[in-house]
Amino acid sequence: MDKKKVILEIKNLSISFQQYDKGFGRTELDVIRDLNVTVHEGEMVAVVGSSGSGKSLLAHGILGILPYNGVIGGTILYDGGELTRKRKEQLRGNEIVLVPQSVAFLDPLMKIGPQIRKGKKDPESKEKLNRIFESYHLKQEVQELYPFELSGGMNRRVLVSTAMMGNPRLVIADEPTPGLHMKMVRRVMSHFRELADRGAGVLLITHDLEQALEVADRVAVFYAGTTVEDADVSDFAREETLRHPYSRALWRALPQNGFQFIGGTQPYVKDLPEGCPFGPRCEQFCEACRGEIPYRELRGGKVRCLCAE
Amino acid sequence: MILEAKHISFRYGTDSRQILNDFSLKLTCEERVGLIAPSGSGKTTFCKILAGYEKPDEGEVLLDGRPLSEYKGYCPVQMIWQHPEQVVNPRLCMKEVLAEGDHLEQRIAEGLGIETDWLNRYPAELSGGELQRFCIARALGERTRFVLADEISTMLDLITQSQIWSFLIQEVEKRGIGLLAVSHSTPLLKQVCTRVEDLE
Ligand SMILES: Nc1ncnc2c1ncn2[C@@H]1O[C@H](COP(=O)(O)OP(=O)(O)OP(=O)(O)O)[C@@H](O)[C@H]1O
Ligand code: SF4
Ligand SMILES: [Mg+2]
Repeated sequence: MDKKKVILEIKNLSISFQQYDKGFGRTELDVIRDLNVTVHEGEMVAVVGSSGSGKSLLAHGILGILPYNGVIGGTILYDGGELTRKRKEQLRGNEIVLVPQSVAFLDPLMKIGPQIRKGKKDPESKEKLNRIFESYHLKQEVQELYPFELSGGMNRRVLVSTAMMGNPRLVIADEPTPGLHMKMVRRVMSHFRELADRGAGVLLITHDLEQALEVADRVAVFYAGTTVEDADVSDFAREETLRHPYSRALWRALPQNGFQFIGGTQPYVKDLPEGCPFGPRCEQFCEACRGEIPYRELRGGKVRCLCAE
Repeated sequence: MILEAKHISFRYGTDSRQILNDFSLKLTCEERVGLIAPSGSGKTTFCKILAGYEKPDEGEVLLDGRPLSEYKGYCPVQMIWQHPEQVVNPRLCMKEVLAEGDHLEQRIAEGLGIETDWLNRYPAELSGGELQRFCIARALGERTRFVLADEISTMLDLITQSQIWSFLIQEVEKRGIGLLAVSHSTPLLKQVCTRVEDLE
C-alpha cells in the first residue's frame, strides 16, 4: 500500500513564542512539541484535535508565515528535501497552497477576482475562476467586490477557491467549511478529494470529524501541541480500534455515539504536567505516565501512550 | 421578558432574493429555542434582525411589547457570531475586547476556560476556538437578557463544544436569559434546547 511517495514529512516539530512580559523579562511559550505528520502523494490526511492544540500553527509553520516572535524547530521535509525558508517562499501559493482558517487572511484592499487569480489576467485563468465560482454558487459580480462586502460564508467559499485555482502538489486547508451548509460542505470536500485523487497531498484541518471520516484516508489526532495518534480512517468505525484515550474520548463525543464528554480542560502551556499531557484527564493514568512517552508504532498506526495495546 | 419577532420579511438590496418571508417567533427568557433551517435560508440574517443590526422590510421586533430600537444604551439582546475573527477589533488586546461588553463576572471567564494569560494577547495570537470563548463571554454581560447564538461552536472540537454548551445552558438557566441557538446540527439542538423551531 505504501508505494506512494511521501510529499510532506514533519518530524519532531516544535514552535515556541518569545514573549516580553513587563517585570518578568523574557518568557518562552512552547506551544508545539514533538509533532509528527506524514502526507503521501494522492493522500488526504485529516488533522483533528482539541481547540488550541496547534493545528493552525502547524499550517503556518509549513508555509513559513509564523509571526516574528515564533521560533520553529524540528524537521519539515517536502518532496524529499528540507523545506527551508527560501523554498517555502518559492513554493507558497504555487506548489503549496493554504486555505486559511481566518478570513482575516484576505487582502482587504484588493478586489476578490484579481486577488484569487493573483493578478493573472489571461483568459484561461479568468475562465477557470469563473467555473470555480459557479460551482460554489458565487455570482460573477463577487469578483468585483472587496472582502468586507461579502458575508462570512461567501468569504469562506472564496478562500476555498484559492486552492482550486492552480495545480498544487500540497494543499493545507485549515477549517475550510464552517458556515457552509451541508450540500456545499460536501461539494468542497469532494473537490479536495479530487485534488488528492489527481496526486496532490491534502492536509485537512477540521473539527468536523464526521465529514473528515467520509473523505480522508488517515487521521492525525492532536492534543496540547503534540500528535497523540495516527490512525486509518477505518479505525474510527469502533472505539476499540482507536489507540489513544483522547481519540476515544473524541469518538464518544460524536453525536451518533452519544455526545459524551470528559471533564477537565487541555492544560495551558505554562501548566503542562510532566510526562503525558493528557494525564490529568486520563482514566488509565499510572505513575509511569509521568515519564517520557515515546511515539510508537501500533497496529498499523502510531500512538503516544504507554498503555495503548 | 419576552422577545418577539412579528411578521418579519427581509431582502438585501432591492433586486436580490427574498430571504425572510413573514416569519414570526416568540421567545421568553426561560426558554432555549433551537432554530433549524435548510441551506442558506437566512438564519444569520434573522439573528441580525433580532439583535437590531438589520432593519426588516416588514414586521417588527419587540422586547416586552416595546420596539427593540427604543432601548437605549447596552442592548439586552446580544448576538454571538459564527466567525469570531470578524467581530473583534484586531488592534485591541483581549482585556479591552472584553471591556467593550457589559460588566462580567469572573466565573464566566473561568467557566469558558479562558486563561488569565490570554487577556494580554491580541486576537491574532489566539487560536480560533480560544477567540470564540472571548466572544461568548463578551455577550454574557450583566444586563444581557437574550443571547442569540449563531453556529457558535463550529470552531470548537467536539469535547470543548459540549463543555461550552453545558456551561452556557447552566448560565442562562441560572440568570433567566433566553437563548436562541442556530445550528445545522439537529442532534445538537435537540440536546441543547427546550424547543426546536423550523424557519420555514
Ligand atoms: N502569536 C502567538 N503567541 C502566543 N501564543 C500563540 C500565538 N499564536 C497561537 N498561540 C497559541 O498556540 C496554541 C495553538 O494555536 P493554534 O492556532 O495552532 O490552535 P488550533 O489547534 O488551530 O486551535 P483551533 O482549533 O481553536 O483553531 C494556542 O494555545 C494559542 O493560544
Ligand atoms: S500515557 Fe498514560 S496518561 Fe497518557 S494517555 Fe496513555 S495511559 Fe493516559
Ligand atoms: Mg486553528
